[in-house]
Amino acid sequence: MRRFENHVQKIKYEVLREISRLVLEGTLKEKKHLIPEVIDKGPEPRTRCCIHKERAITVERVNLAIGDNYTSNNVIQVLDEACDECPIDRFVVTEACRGCLAHRCTDVCPVGAITFINHRAYINQHKCIECGKCKNVCPYNAISDVMRPCRRACRADALSINEKKKAVIDDEKCIQCGACVYQCPFGAIMDKSYIIDALELLKESRLDSNLNVYAIIAPAISSQFTYVKIEQVITGIKKLGFHDVVEVALGADMVALHETKEYAESIEEKNVITSSCCPAFVSYIQKNYPEIKDKISSTVSPMIAISKLIKKIDPKGKVVFIGPCTAKKMEIKQENFSESTDYVITFEELAAMIDAADIRLEECEEGLLNNASFFGRIFARSGGLSEAINHIIEEENLEVDFRPIRCDGLDECDKALKMTKVNRLNGNFIEGMACKGGCIGGAASLTHGPKDKNEVDKYGKLALESKVKDSLRIFDVDDIEFHRKFS
Amino acid sequence: MKTINVCIGSACHLKGAYNVVNSLQKIVKEKGLKDEVTVKAAFCLGECTKAVSVKVDDKPIVSVSDTEVEEFFKEYILRGL
Repeated sequence: MRRFENHVQKIKYEVLREISRLVLEGTLKEKKHLIPEVIDKGPEPRTRCCIHKERAITVERVNLAIGDNYTSNNVIQVLDEACDECPIDRFVVTEACRGCLAHRCTDVCPVGAITFINHRAYINQHKCIECGKCKNVCPYNAISDVMRPCRRACRADALSINEKKKAVIDDEKCIQCGACVYQCPFGAIMDKSYIIDALELLKESRLDSNLNVYAIIAPAISSQFTYVKIEQVITGIKKLGFHDVVEVALGADMVALHETKEYAESIEEKNVITSSCCPAFVSYIQKNYPEIKDKISSTVSPMIAISKLIKKIDPKGKVVFIGPCTAKKMEIKQENFSESTDYVITFEELAAMIDAADIRLEECEEGLLNNASFFGRIFARSGGLSEAINHIIEEENLEVDFRPIRCDGLDECDKALKMTKVNRLNGNFIEGMACKGGCIGGAASLTHGPKDKNEVDKYGKLALESKVKDSLRIFDVDDIEFHRKFS
Repeated sequence: MKTINVCIGSACHLKGAYNVVNSLQKIVKEKGLKDEVTVKAAFCLGECTKAVSVKVDDKPIVSVSDTEVEEFFKEYILRGL
């Protein structure tokens, strides 16, 4: 049985499943207004103050998935109706305050917001600038910090709270990592969806023999559908109408080879090179460290590489990426990629599509998935790319001094980028992953468990081809353009 | 001009599709038929039970294991040239 990590994931899933069902029926337009009543049956509310509020939120979720009423280009959006349960004041004095003599909180407050009333500290919220100094100096630990979960999650500093106390995303800073989507306990921040486009494309392909729709699946899938075998998931995906299921890990093999060559050729001139597979990491550099953006590897991401290969082999091919990532949805919007990946779907969305089509994964026979090498598959976890490059350097006997810095999560990325900026990085290659653990910790993963890394390694070892060169040996990739131009 | 499409979908890959591709490429090279025969990889040809599936132009799919490549080449390619 499918288990959900939490209620937020479940509600998102339910909306996407109902939308998918209507798309498959061909009645989305006529029946979309009925979705709230299907999901929020009532009369009692499940999570909110009343059933009407719950239904209003579902309307917003439906609109976002369909793409109605959103003028912003960002794939991450706040659902206004849903964002209203957070405490308004971040720092509050609790019962633990003894009204002590020291008054360290008053002394340390840079804006004079703390006074003592009736032997207890009191924070004037109109003055408070949320610096947190009072909390740090209190000997009783009596000041609570209830920072909004979305703001805490956002390491790109793109989230603020407006005068109506609702979360606002700064599109100039947002890197679409999806951390806020995953962390908001009310599911009030969501990613836009290509689920309708993907389903329509599949429907079209059934009638059109000149259209083959390929599903390319990210290696992080190995840790996702824990209640069935991955081989059954492959069959399930094919039953949705995909012509074939191909591993993005094969694209990772191509990227590893290309990136190693690029590294060997340009490291002397550039001193430091960064990885480019993680679109959120690339975007973070472009937005926060423009002075070192020429150090970003110009190699395309594995998703783009495999899409280009598929379209080269099969001119009738269209490509849908399925993965744990919200930032990939933004990556494909960059115009120069338009000839490669057509749509991006998340694992959450895949689960909704499979259930909407009444495909029971438990009952599916075992399909096969095997295109890539061990190294391509371990790209899904932090450290995988560096290991792959190391492997190629050894295989090819390249004489380079490869000193990777593995950055797991955006905070570590930021540190390494700061050091690069001042020429003090203790290494010469930054492997940057915005999500903790790598793609397996992606915002749109179905599970975020501690065992996920082992699952990826286990899956890697099952690969028929052990070396990168083995998995690529039959492909003529010379005329595929793996360099990207940044706009 | 003949085109040999070799399926490299997962089922065929596991049954040795890569070896079939490599052997075919080798034969074409050895016999100097580069201008007459092209060997191409293809994704799923839809007949996974026949792995490794091989299709010459638009003819029906033939099942070729990696030990049968020479025979296949004689029968399906050389004869028709």
